[in-house]
Parts: sequence; structure tokens; C-alpha cells
Amino acid sequence: MSLLALSNLTIRYGRLTAVRNVTFTLTEGEILFITGPNGAGKSSLLRAIAGVTPPAGGRIDFAGQDITGRAPEDIARMGLSMVPEGREVFGSLTIEENLLVGTGMHAATRNWRSRAATELEAVYATFPILKDRRHSQAGLLSGGQQQMLVIGRALMTNSRLIAIDEPSLGLAPNITDQVYERLIALRAHRALTLLIVEQSSTRAQLVGGRMILMRGGEVLLDGDARAMGQSEAMQAAYFGYGEH
Amino acid sequence: MQTLFDALSLGSLYALGALGIALIFGVMRLVNFAHGDVISFSIFALLWPSTDAVAIVFAGELPWFLLIPFVLAMGAGLSVLSEIIVFRRFRRANPATMMIASFALGFVIRYFLLMLFSSRPKSISLLPALSQPVEILGARIPLLQVITIVATIAILFALTAFLKRTRFGLEMRAAAENFTMARMLGVRANRVIMGAFALSGALAAAIGLILAAQTGTVDIQMGASVMLMAFIATVIGGLGSLPGAVLAGFLLGAASVVMQTVLPIDARPFRDAFVYGAVILVLIFRPQGLIAARGTKERV
Repeated sequence: MSLLALSNLTIRYGRLTAVRNVTFTLTEGEILFITGPNGAGKSSLLRAIAGVTPPAGGRIDFAGQDITGRAPEDIARMGLSMVPEGREVFGSLTIEENLLVGTGMHAATRNWRSRAATELEAVYATFPILKDRRHSQAGLLSGGQQQMLVIGRALMTNSRLIAIDEPSLGLAPNITDQVYERLIALRAHRALTLLIVEQSSTRAQLVGGRMILMRGGEVLLDGDARAMGQSEAMQAAYFGYGEH
Repeated sequence: MQTLFDALSLGSLYALGALGIALIFGVMRLVNFAHGDVISFSIFALLWPSTDAVAIVFAGELPWFLLIPFVLAMGAGLSVLSEIIVFRRFRRANPATMMIASFALGFVIRYFLLMLFSSRPKSISLLPALSQPVEILGARIPLLQVITIVATIAILFALTAFLKRTRFGLEMRAAAENFTMARMLGVRANRVIMGAFALSGALAAAIGLILAAQTGTVDIQMGASVMLMAFIATVIGGLGSLPGAVLAGFLLGAASVVMQTVLPIDARPFRDAFVYGAVILVLIFRPQGLIAARGTKERV
């Protein structure tokens, strides 16, 4: 069943069109990489899905409901969790407080407190470093630890879909490996659907799964990441020869 | 001793005012210039409309344990109402536009009061039992001053506990630092903003109560002077930083009182010029404020 469906999505900033007529669907449990060079519109796409940037045209469906133009908090409450670019930890809050912010959306449900405590332990089990430093300020963490924190924070919301913008940004390669290792393990464990934006396609080919290649706000290729491999179309997308 | 208490009680007023401004600035990057008029409004809510010089008190006869909640509720109510009616429409506007809207709102409130009560100051005796002096370490201090200081400290502790220990406080702190991210984690924007306005309005009302009890008069301009100093306190404290606002509020109060006593007699009428001079010096050396707030970068 399709969990997320974009149809003819267009995003504009003033007169600049960042994303043009993008259409794709994401099936429950799938892992999808969106890759492409700088300025391809990847982040804009995520921001529109999260409800931060209202699209200029088209429609977004999540879990069978039209979420186009809905407020970010409503979309988050439906089970779509966002890990934006640049990590965005709440630096003055402690690590534990950061993790707990997203549990408020379940406050209306019964025994959410004990559920939040269980979630917290699960996140700590995945990222033990966070537990060791749970009462220190999040702003003091290293880049890799902050990345783990924001992924943990997204997991705390108990979402069906997690969208992550450039998890490898600013991280050493071995730390990136760790982050991905955890992500893949979590996905298997919780039946999560993952939407990951990366500038480079190497990670997608390493991890496998589906890949969408964007350029200039449009979808160029959509298919299996490994099969796409070193295809000519992909070279063209990054280095600009071919149709341009 | 007397000077110390003067400084602390004046500082309390500025600190409470600065806190009210910083709370709202924190969550929506709005410098609310109507804050001073909320101060005036909450006190005038105790009076029947009239243009006489002596206030016709209607709710002021209430015993203190009803009077104080009544005034606080008035401040909080007006503040929340101003959010719903005015500021909500400017949510996506730039900060300058919101600021202008707050000026306009301030004028509306002030002229509304002017219409009902005229611009004459009125004498009012609120909680008269508090004007008796008490003796502390050989100095005679008005009881009200002691209560002002104690109440301010109590409010600060309560607010800190609220922000640190409650679910709502956690959401407010997260939203103050990064509003968009907080929303993407399901924090309801309207709820947090209305909470900030309610708290801010209640703080404004507390200032109104203290001012009216201290001076024995009310007039429709009474909030404006506190508002100006409180705004300066939020700036030198680091816009959006709550501890900074409180610290700077007390410092400004202290600076005013100290200058009043140490300046040569001839220079005293120009005391405020010296205080503002000190403000300029602080800002030259710490343009980000005494305690820079996190997340003051532009909201996206």
C-alpha cells in the first residue's frame, strides 16, 4: 500500500521554481533515496512534505489522506517524522529533553508517559552514547552524536515514515557508516519507511533500495539504486553533459 | 540599606516587564509594544468607567486573594485576545510588520482607556495595609517594597519550575529555540504561542498591581515608562533570553537608583541620560546581549 504519494508537486520561491511536477509514491516499509546535485530541489521537496513550505501546485497524500497545505504539527501527528538538514537539535535543552519534545503528540492517549519511557529506553539501547550524556546540553554534542540525537528524536515520535535530509552532512565517513548501520537495523526492527536525501548516490548504492535522481527540480531517474549504478544518465545528471 | 531595597524593587518591575516581552519574543520573534498598555488595562479593569479624579473602584474592594487573581486574569485575558484577534494574522509576516501591528494595538488599547477614563491620573488605594513601613536592619522599608521583591523572586522561581518541569514548559523552550523544528515534532504552534501570551499578560498585570499599589495613582500612561525600560532590558539581556532579561532588568533598576544617589544634585534631572549612556556602553561591548539567546537566527 502506498504510504506517501506526491502528484505533480511544484514548489516556488518567488519567481524561482525549485521543484517542478514531481510525482512518485512510496510504499510502506520501503527505503527510498533521493539524490542529485546541489540545487536539485531535494530539500525543498522534504520541506513541502513536512508542511513547512506550502507547495505552489500539486498534491501530497500521506496514509490515505490529503496533507497538502496542512500545518507541520498536524503532519507530524499523523506519523510523518522529519529530520531536517543541519540537524537542528535544541541546543539549550538536555539530550533527554530533546528526545521528549516529540512525545507530546501522544499526550492524549492513555499511559503515554510509560510508553514514552519505553521509547526512551529503546532509543538509548540503540544509541548508548546518548544515555551516558542524557543530562548534558545537546549543543555540546559532537556532530555525529547530534545526528544520532535527531534520529533518536524522530524515532521517539513513533512514526511510520521518517524523512532524513543529508544524514551524512559534516560527518566523518566512519561515523556515517555507524549512523546508516543503525538506520537499517531500526528499519528492519520497526517496519519503518525511510526517505533519505543525500547529495551523493554512493550511499544509496551501498545500502541498496530504490533511488530517485533529481536535477533542476525534476525527477530524472527512478529505479533500483544498484542497477542505476554507473549508467550514463546518472553521469549526465551530475556532470552535466548529455542533454544540457 | 534603603538604596538596596529601592534598587531591588525597581529592578523587580523591570525584570517582570522584560520577562513578559522576552517570553513572546522567544516564541514568535515579536517585540510586543502593546505590553505596556496591557499593564495599564489590567489595573483599569478594576474601575468603573468615569472621568473623575478619584477612581470609582468596582472590583478593587475584593479581598486580596480574589483581587490578585482577578487582575492577573484580566492581563492574561487581554493578552491572549490580542494574539487571537491581531497577531495570529501576522504569523507569517516579517518581524517589523508585527512590531508595527503591536504599536497599533497598543494605541487602540490606550485610546480605549482614554475614552472610558480620560487622561487624568486617578488616585486609588489598593491594598492600603501594605504601605506601612517595616524595620529591617535599622532601615525603615515600606512593606510593599519587601513584598514586591519577595513576590518577584517567587514568580521567577515558579516560572523556572514551570519551564523546566512541565510538559508545556518543555514545549515552550523547544519552540523558543527553533519554532519550525518544534512544530515538526508535533508541538502545536497556537497552543504554545497562546501560553506565552497568557503568561506575559499575567506578568504585565502583576506589574500594574505593584505600580498602582506603590504610587496610589493610576493613569493610562502608567505602563509606557516601564515598558520602555523593560524593552531595553530585554535587548541588553540578549533578546529572547529569559535569564538575560531578568538580570538586565535588575541591573537597570540598580543603575537608575544608584545614579539617583551618587550623581551630583545638578546632574540628577539627567539621570536617565546616564542610564541610557550605560546601556549604549553595554551594547558596544556585548552587542549580542549579556546572555545571548540560542536560536535567535531568523525563523524559516
